Amino acid sequence: MSMIWNKYRYLLFRRTTQIGLLFLYFGANAWGWSILMGNLSSSVLFEFIPLSDPYAVLQMLVAGAVLATDIIIGALIITMFYLVIGGRAFCSWVCPINLVTDAAALLRRKIGVDEFAKRQPASRNMRYWVLALSFIISFLMGIAAFEFISPISILHRGIIFGFGFGWAAVLIIFLFDLLVLKNGWCGHICPLGGFYSLVGKFSLIRVKHTEENCTECMKCKVVCPEQQVLYMVGKESIPVLSGECTNCARCIEVCDDNALGFSIREFSKK
Amino acid sequence: MRSKTENDRRKFILRMARGAGITALGGFIWSAYVDEVTASQLILRPPGAIDEDDFLRTCIKCGLCVEACPYDTLLLAKPGDNKPLGTPYFIPRDIPCYMCPDIPCVPVCPTGALDESSVTTDGKLDINIAEMGLAVIDRETCIAFWGIQCDACYRACPILGEAITVEYSKNERTGKHAYLTPLVHADACTGCGLCEKACVTDKASIFVLPREVAMGKAGSYYIKGWDKTDEKRLEDVSSKKETTEISKEKAIDSLNSSMEDLY
Repeated sequence: MSMIWNKYRYLLFRRTTQIGLLFLYFGANAWGWSILMGNLSSSVLFEFIPLSDPYAVLQMLVAGAVLATDIIIGALIITMFYLVIGGRAFCSWVCPINLVTDAAALLRRKIGVDEFAKRQPASRNMRYWVLALSFIISFLMGIAAFEFISPISILHRGIIFGFGFGWAAVLIIFLFDLLVLKNGWCGHICPLGGFYSLVGKFSLIRVKHTEENCTECMKCKVVCPEQQVLYMVGKESIPVLSGECTNCARCIEVCDDNALGFSIREFSKK
Repeated sequence: MRSKTENDRRKFILRMARGAGITALGGFIWSAYVDEVTASQLILRPPGAIDEDDFLRTCIKCGLCVEACPYDTLLLAKPGDNKPLGTPYFIPRDIPCYMCPDIPCVPVCPTGALDESSVTTDGKLDINIAEMGLAVIDRETCIAFWGIQCDACYRACPILGEAITVEYSKNERTGKHAYLTPLVHADACTGCGLCEKACVTDKASIFVLPREVAMGKAGSYYIKGWDKTDEKRLEDVSSKKETTEISKEKAIDSLNSSMEDLY
């Protein structure tokens, strides 16, 4: 039993956080709870603290909107938060699309899609291109461009306010990740992930590898949605500094040899 | 044999070109879609909503106004609604705006897309000055214009007697009855849609349209000379005189000249 706990403790925490947050948002709309109102674009915590998606706010700024104090403060709070716990911690601990793409990745491993589709034809840097493109379109069209197509918002709003045809967008993401490109949406395309990757470059909490304990079983690389960040496994004892790491901690819990664990980034160079 | 660097260079250029191509294609589809969904004009916004273009760039689609609405009037546009995705709107025939005096949907807006000052008079929230839309009447299908007595919209109006009045006129067809027909006054109507909800015809014969759709615009060069406040616009007006080939002489000379100067 403790074995299972050890292997899935972070996963359990993550799912609890993701679903718990969805439940609080849902309750706010359905039953008038006032703990966490709004949605991931902008919320109010305890009827007082504003929280806003910094990427959405940046797009609005580029689009030429007059920004209200509330959303500037909200965006700063969120940015500070993820600067501490790791930029893409949003992706693995909060984002509802993560539930969909993790399910696709799991199924992909189970039915062995990768055994006959070894080549990954797309670059993971695509997300930064999409990020840049979103700002260009926001500027030219005068609206926050990604907010009008974001499947994250479609799913999240769908759960809180009703789906419409939104389920189709979610299904497309699932099938795309399952059959077309491994970690396709979250690991290649999503500009919000790209944005948080940039934030994550400076964040405090990082996964650290201890090479002396590593037996090179490579279980960590199998579960990791951003394998390229684990390039040091079995080679060097250094922390994972890439902002693309989502701090999902799956590598930590699948490791049988205690070669991976959370650490606080050391800023002093030795 | 080509050198390795030359090959690398070719690969690099090809990769860049491919990246640019995909970006251009994606950008084209993306902006076309955005353009399409934001083109929808027939959408009724919550009270205090700023001008539609500014609204689209300012609304962060958080749904706090929807959650604040006690009547479930406000909805967030879902995929398939053919409205700008995630933005709040309402359909009066389903659930109209009941014009709460404390306007709970407006102060919660974090971005100012719903502007509190536009629904405030003398420091107090005032829903009666909201401009969500304007009720218009189809005189062909409104049964009051047939001569059948109906004042459902008039009775339903929360600004009764100001936003909708009932006009008397003689029914020439029968010669002995009166028409009692509704008339909407744009300066008082908020566009709440209670009239549209109340309308007894199959498809509502009085319905709310966004004000910029329902109304014309006279242009600033027309001034109501009989209206003191409108007349004030003339106070600091400067005039500019332009001389053309035709107007270089006095107008009366031109009229007397058997028009040869026109040709």
